[in-house]
Amino acid sequence: MYVAAKGGERAIENAHRLLAHERRGDPAVPEITTAQIEEQLTLAVDRVMNEGSLYDRELAALAIKQARGDLIEAIFLVRAFRATLPRLGASEPVETAAMAIRRRISATFKDLPGGQVLGPTFDYTHRLLDTQANGDGTPATEPAHAAPDAARMPRVTDLLAHDDLIEPSPQPAPDQPVGDLTHDPLSFPADRDLRLQNLARGDEGLLLALGYSTQRGYGRTHPFAGEIRLGAVELEFTPPELGFAVPLGRITLTECQMVNQFKGSATTPPRFTRGYGLGFGHCERKAMSMALVDRALRARELGEEVKAPAQDEEFVLSHSDNVQATGFVEHLKLPHYVDFQAELGLVRRLRAEFEAGVPAQRAQEPVGAPVQEAAE
Amino acid sequence: MNAPATAPTYNFAYLDEQTKRMIRRAILKAVAIPGYQVPFASREMPMPYGWGTGGVQVTAAVLGPDDVLKVIDQGADDTANAVSIRKFFVRTAGVRTTTSTADATVIQTRHRIPEAPLAENQVIVFQVPIPEPLRFLEPRETETRRMHALEEYGLMHVKLYEDIARHGHIATAYAYPVKVEGRYVMDPSPTPKFDNPKMNDCPALQLFGAGREKRIYAIPPHTEVVSLDFEDHPFERYRFAGACALCGAADSYLDEVIIDDCGGRMFVCSDTDYCEGRRDTQAPGAGTEARRG
Repeated sequence: MYVAAKGGERAIENAHRLLAHERRGDPAVPEITTAQIEEQLTLAVDRVMNEGSLYDRELAALAIKQARGDLIEAIFLVRAFRATLPRLGASEPVETAAMAIRRRISATFKDLPGGQVLGPTFDYTHRLLDTQANGDGTPATEPAHAAPDAARMPRVTDLLAHDDLIEPSPQPAPDQPVGDLTHDPLSFPADRDLRLQNLARGDEGLLLALGYSTQRGYGRTHPFAGEIRLGAVELEFTPPELGFAVPLGRITLTECQMVNQFKGSATTPPRFTRGYGLGFGHCERKAMSMALVDRALRARELGEEVKAPAQDEEFVLSHSDNVQATGFVEHLKLPHYVDFQAELGLVRRLRAEFEAGVPAQRAQEPVGAPVQEAAE
Repeated sequence: MNAPATAPTYNFAYLDEQTKRMIRRAILKAVAIPGYQVPFASREMPMPYGWGTGGVQVTAAVLGPDDVLKVIDQGADDTANAVSIRKFFVRTAGVRTTTSTADATVIQTRHRIPEAPLAENQVIVFQVPIPEPLRFLEPRETETRRMHALEEYGLMHVKLYEDIARHGHIATAYAYPVKVEGRYVMDPSPTPKFDNPKMNDCPALQLFGAGREKRIYAIPPHTEVVSLDFEDHPFERYRFAGACALCGAADSYLDEVIIDDCGGRMFVCSDTDYCEGRRDTQAPGAGTEARRG
């Protein structure tokens, strides 16, 4: 006699055991440690901190190990943990002009106060597979040292703003609470603080593709990389009971200020506009893409026609979160027996009627028009 | 069933009390405006979006220590995801669980409403993937919210009419839209339309949670729920014309099971509790597999 498939509980437990086994791989190979991930897969750690919205290298490394290197899965682990943390308050705005610079480049000026600092970058490496990267035990050559002078590293956009050649940064509004889309559902139109928060958490791949699309003409913004800087900034917090800011520590950030084609009107002279990108750790691709998309999303505010995907805030902001996206795409794996059964019944009935030549309405319409637009 | 110690680091039913209060406020608003989608600050849950995060948050917010929880997916208590969600609440809330529809005070479901009628002391929580019934007609949230506000549902009727013109029938087999208390058009979640009439004048409280889309909506007890149709093309339920091969039920929704590669198939109740209950009463002790819970 037929017995419906049972034993879901045991199947799940066995699957978990098998997963742990596969995660470990060949036991003859030494197990990777989270410290190794933290120190040697730093850019993966940075991406997980960014899209996981939690600055904690140790937890990000643990998540990467637990997720077998699947970064979206690792981001998900960090997010789910983050959601359980109490919120003490908002930090003071960070001052990126006072950053302890590790890298700082500008594509708009050959030289500028503080100079160009190349820092640790893949940019001018030849992408030849290097067996030495595999490590033969010899320590890497000691890097050259120079002490950058933070006091002489003004932001390029501040230099341009001095001559009023670029729109000013939005004025700080210390009395206005910063929006937080993890505590309030996003609604449209969304203000720039929420848009930037959404992009900072957004999938690097999606932002890269959208930023790229603006360069290829879908919402063109004529961007220049005004400045990209990487380094540590001081994080400060004002506890309400103290009333003055106390330092919490330092975090590493990547900031990108995109300088885009100018705007002007009858009342304001032409000047450049801005796109802004900021992320945890070393995340240049993300910060640059974010700046391109931020600028594209300002179309409405700047009176530009919204016609490309990257300019459409509802499209971009609703689909940028890879934890949401991966969940909904992958949920198609879950059983859909009852819905499919309902569709089967309908299709059989329609086919029976088709073969019997029943519906008088059947005429010009092609058979097989979409019945339901999406699986749910 | 059993009441093991809950995981020590998490609050009762996982969510912190602040979050639960936020969700309860959304639920109260949803109950006050039947069928209206209330935005809420959905949290990241430790299971993926699309696996029932909305339903889990609603359940976590309404669950008390004395509740008895039943979780079903596709009508069955033993599908992998139903087992997983039930275990989650056993672990984080330590509540009693059951597979019996009648014994449960809270039922979380994906894609089905149990065959046994629900009662006044019960809450049924639906997992909802896309809460917006107009979404596939109009992708923009700004636009669909306006359409609901203005009660502008002509587009939906045009879609149903076009189905009839094209196929001779309304070609929606599941997630069949309903109108709640004469006002809001609502997505019943992807239940087969066979289940739609069960929502009307139901004595139990029906709550709907969509985690990824951050919406909660509700049907309070004894609310009028009407499936959209036309006078000359009235709404009709669909079930496979046949009886369950296990319990012989001729009134339940059936799953089709392929049993060989020569077109052999059989039909069995999708509601496993209903099916087992009928088999128990027919021949006590026989054919029940003793695999509940």
